[in-house]
Amino acid sequence: MMIKSQIIETPKRKTGSFNNLFKTIGKSLSYGDWATKLTFFIMGFGCFCKKQFAKGILYFLSQVAFIFICIFFISKFLPNFGSLGTVPMKKVWDEIEQVYINVQVDNSMLILLYSLISILIILVFAFLYLSSLKSAWTAQENIKNGIKNKTFLQDIKALLDEKYHTTLLSLPSIGVIIFTVLPLIYMILIGFTNFDSDHQPPAHVFDWVGLDNFKTLLSGSAPISKTFGKVLLWTLVWAVFATFSNYFLGMFLAMIINKKGIKLKKFWRTMFVITIAVPQFVSLLTISRMLAETGLINTWLEALNIIEKPLPFLTQGWLARIVIIIVNIWVGIPYTLLIVTGILMNIPQTLYDSARIDGASAFKMFIKITFPYVFFVTAPYLLTQFIGNINNFNVIFYMTGGGPASLNYFQAGETDLLITWLYDLTVTFSDYNIASVIGIMVFVICAGFSLIAYNLTASAKREEDYQA
Amino acid sequence: MMNMKVKNRISNTVIYIFLSIMVIIWLLPIAWLVLCSLREEAGADLSYFIPKTWSFKNYIDLTKTDTFFFPRWFGNTLFVAVFSCILSSLYVLMVSYTFSRLRFKIRRPLMNLVLILGMFPGFMSMIAVYYILKAVNMTQSLLALILVYSSGAGLSYYVAKGFFDTIPKNMDEAARIDGASQNQVFWKIVLPLSKPIILYTILTSFMAPWMDFIFVSVIMKDNYQNYTVALGLYRMLERENMNTYFTKFCASSVLVAIPITALFISMQKFYIEGVTGGSVKG
Repeated sequence: MMIKSQIIETPKRKTGSFNNLFKTIGKSLSYGDWATKLTFFIMGFGCFCKKQFAKGILYFLSQVAFIFICIFFISKFLPNFGSLGTVPMKKVWDEIEQVYINVQVDNSMLILLYSLISILIILVFAFLYLSSLKSAWTAQENIKNGIKNKTFLQDIKALLDEKYHTTLLSLPSIGVIIFTVLPLIYMILIGFTNFDSDHQPPAHVFDWVGLDNFKTLLSGSAPISKTFGKVLLWTLVWAVFATFSNYFLGMFLAMIINKKGIKLKKFWRTMFVITIAVPQFVSLLTISRMLAETGLINTWLEALNIIEKPLPFLTQGWLARIVIIIVNIWVGIPYTLLIVTGILMNIPQTLYDSARIDGASAFKMFIKITFPYVFFVTAPYLLTQFIGNINNFNVIFYMTGGGPASLNYFQAGETDLLITWLYDLTVTFSDYNIASVIGIMVFVICAGFSLIAYNLTASAKREEDYQA
Repeated sequence: MMNMKVKNRISNTVIYIFLSIMVIIWLLPIAWLVLCSLREEAGADLSYFIPKTWSFKNYIDLTKTDTFFFPRWFGNTLFVAVFSCILSSLYVLMVSYTFSRLRFKIRRPLMNLVLILGMFPGFMSMIAVYYILKAVNMTQSLLALILVYSSGAGLSYYVAKGFFDTIPKNMDEAARIDGASQNQVFWKIVLPLSKPIILYTILTSFMAPWMDFIFVSVIMKDNYQNYTVALGLYRMLERENMNTYFTKFCASSVLVAIPITALFISMQKFYIEGVTGGSVKG
């Protein structure tokens, strides 16, 4: 008996809040007065009987609202969650027009969406239900212990003080739940269905297919899978080149502007930084016009007799890839310039002075002083840049739109990144299921890199602690 | 010693030449854009850089309504930008302040959740957002744009949180001892000290609607009346419109770029502080 209770005791500390919750429920079931017990059926009853009228009424109203929502909304969609609907359309005889007309029966897309919303509502209600029980119990205990129960006004005041986080976070989290979390869960679930261009509601229903989409994408044999491999490879190559070219060239530029004796430092920097202010779609669309086959650059090169016929800057696979990386340098260097300049100014000048006395060359000073210093400070920035480049939509989309198209690819072009391919699959081709799986893959890749980098920086920080 | 000086002068000259070439390359597209906007001859691809006939015709044409409603688009974008800027700035400040200053049980889990949410590509859920808006019959409206732009704002709280972290805590502790509530601390003590980050937040959230093309194109579809400039400009460059509208595209691009550039340059300091926030403490 002793041992048993000890075993039960031990995990309590870890899952404290959960245990407390069940304890409260248990206690109010067994030791609660009749009002507290009735709260299990009528929310807010306990509070109401303990003279917390406003609170009690609010709880009760939420219960009434929930019952209505259940009858008119949840019961219509949630039961179909398992099948996602079976009959898309039904022919119905129209008496007035004397014809059969098609009437929508099951719309899988709406069933899935509304089921998710239903689950969300149920979760919110469950939370309210438990909190109503808890406050009924607390009210009873307080009276027993001779503590005055909080008035409604005091509860409101608490929201501006010790519970201020609830107030501040409530609006933003409602927005995030509706426009970020809900759509995200919806899209992730789509990855487990066959919602593609052949199964478009309202004319068709789609169905759960388990892990089939993941299998097609990762099997290695289907055309989709081959495309995925190629696009993934190019995405990683692109991310590496785009990140490091910007980083080192930007650093170089910052350093030569920062060199002693160079005048008009601010002017040079501003000239580059101005390009950040011009909206990217404007500058990128302009550049893509300049690089077109009949565009300005080709015309100039021809006029100078450097080339005989126009170069296919954006229409030939490999050339397009190189051009895009170069254009990305144009886009990205000003940012690196901004950041590195700030850091360069922070490097103690004495380090360089003593190095110079020791006769170190400029190159050696860069390797031994500047670079380590800058790198140490910008390591997290480098990581966010890398992940940002995996998800870099603008440059590819506005320059080539993923093209040139290729027959070897499944609905993708040779410069498509995973993210632009995902965009095309959803917006242009409506193959939502594959798009969803690609999105999940991008998540896995980003999360993987972040985890590695986090461990690396964590160890770097520890080292710093050690040095200090 | 003389030798050193000569060497230094040569290397400086090389740097000046190099910088000039780089600046020319960097400004070339922008210069071309401005020149094209002032060019009377239509057409996208011309073999010369400087216009043959200069005129403001393209700018004047923008005010005339034919298939493109530039003034209306500009108004739409301004409307969306102002309101989503107010909402987003509030959200960002609220969330970042909460995570920075207040301590509560689910603070860590929530921050981790935000981190995880951020790793999913944003475009993935775009279509689902469209369907949600469609379910409540709100597609093709400017209100939908404001909601979508501002609702996710709370997720990018890092920069502002980094700023709040640097404000000394003893200030609000002193105020708390004097009986101020958390609400008063937020509005009366911390916010007045946070001018740079407030400006930065306002700047970035104001700029977003001018730059975004993707969400608008998914939400608006063919409702030309409610386009924002980004989407309208993109339409101008579609193959069938290209030759007729290219110079007008340039003119309207210039008009869009001017306020943003002005805003950016005037607030550059705060932007730099914001971007470099965490990294330039050295």
